Amino acid sequence: MTAEPPVGIAEVHRREWARVLAATVRVTRDLDLAEECVQDAFARALRSWPAGGVPDRPGAWLTTVARNRALDVLRRESALRRALPLLVTEEATPGPGEDDDRLRLIFTCCHPALSREAQVALTLRLVCGLTTAEVARAFLVPEPTMAARVTRAKRKISAARIPFRVPSPDDLPERVGAVLDVIHLVFTTGHAAPVGDTLVRQDLVDAAIALARVLRLLVPHDASATALLALMLLVDARRDTRGAGGRLVLLSEQDRTRWDTRQIREGTDLLTAALRRHPPTRYAVEAALAAVHAEAPSWEATDWPQIVALYDVLRRLWPSPVVSLNRAVAVGLRDGPAAGLDALTPLLGMPELATYAYLSAVRADFLRRLGRFPEAADAYTEALALTGNDVERAFLESRLAEVR
Amino acid sequence: MAKYLILIYGDEQRWDAESEQERHEKGEGHRAFSAAATVLAGHELEPSTTATTLRGGPMITDGPFLEAKEALGGFYVIDAADLDAAIAAASMLPELASGHGGVEIRPIVDHDRPDHG
Repeated sequence: MTAEPPVGIAEVHRREWARVLAATVRVTRDLDLAEECVQDAFARALRSWPAGGVPDRPGAWLTTVARNRALDVLRRESALRRALPLLVTEEATPGPGEDDDRLRLIFTCCHPALSREAQVALTLRLVCGLTTAEVARAFLVPEPTMAARVTRAKRKISAARIPFRVPSPDDLPERVGAVLDVIHLVFTTGHAAPVGDTLVRQDLVDAAIALARVLRLLVPHDASATALLALMLLVDARRDTRGAGGRLVLLSEQDRTRWDTRQIREGTDLLTAALRRHPPTRYAVEAALAAVHAEAPSWEATDWPQIVALYDVLRRLWPSPVVSLNRAVAVGLRDGPAAGLDALTPLLGMPELATYAYLSAVRADFLRRLGRFPEAADAYTEALALTGNDVERAFLESRLAEVR
Repeated sequence: MAKYLILIYGDEQRWDAESEQERHEKGEGHRAFSAAATVLAGHELEPSTTATTLRGGPMITDGPFLEAKEALGGFYVIDAADLDAAIAAASMLPELASGHGGVEIRPIVDHDRPDHG
């Protein structure tokens, strides 16, 4: 068991890791060496801050320590290091001041020449500062598999010379899209943790929101980036009410007075900006769905026709069986469980949803509300067999007990 | 700078069926590419039916090493500052507008780097 680091350092780690690493990469031009030096700097902070206090500008302190350490290593090993394949860096790129380096790091990690899996792994490891073990756990793969994935991706960056650079204005729109998809994946993984004893990995959620904020420094008027930030803020505004004592609390039963109203306001303002003069993007429609829920005084008073209409738009922008499933849920709420079950029927044979616990859970719920208890029990049992999240399992087990 | 191999793949039957006009336009495209990129070498290949493959033994067989619908039709070796520059150059290749096949970019090992022996 390792001791929890003092609160000050944990907070600084969360806030400053990427900036310190990115600034150090510019000295080392080598991701592995930069990581080692930044880890050394945090280790030194752990030793010296508890006695001397957290410095006024902890990020600058850490950057100085990490870069000095890097220069030491480079001097000692200069002959060898000089010959290593170095990252391609350049000085003159337009960008918003001190966040330049962090943005370079994000765009390098999310370069389209890397697989989506590698992009996400590198972003969590290098930009968010998660350990390889944490990244592995978040994506349900063994740690050695994740370590190999990260190593392979770093090797490609170096061998193929993926530059450490904010893309040119011509490439920017397309490249921003890849970064947004990675941020969204980090967020959804954190928001519905697939395994473990907590429903939400708040560290991943916070990391995704922080990444979106940094990205918007570069593209403040990008409608998709704005909409994604709005979506995440609106969904995360419900974080304190989604679980209670290890139990999943459904949207219908959440205490709406405990939703984060400041965050809801920021989310709806951003959404309004994203929809002004822009055709709706996938993230904007998803954010609009979250906003309809956020603004409804109660579950019963939710504007279900509006929700169904938004899912219809979303299905056109992003045809996905999961969207159709959510639409069926909304149809069930608008027109009753029998209509919901009908909307669900075409989805039952879809291979993409065959192992998707939520489909069985939704079907079970419609059957329960129709009083078809034996069928509902079968569907709850199926959902239980498909989910690895302890909190969700507890919820499904309590429902199963009701219909038996 | 770094060297990259650019491999051009496509459907050979569709290449065979190209009109005089289409071949001419493709030639113009390759000339534009060569003018913009730093090309160290590059050639169009005879069809894969003319390929000969050797396997352990050696056992000599007719045809390419990998049988696929898309065949290797030609290659370039270019010099570029980084992968983004290589992608920008390769994006100009006219095969990408043909509706079949594609282009693969492979970094070439630099033996002056000690980690590559």
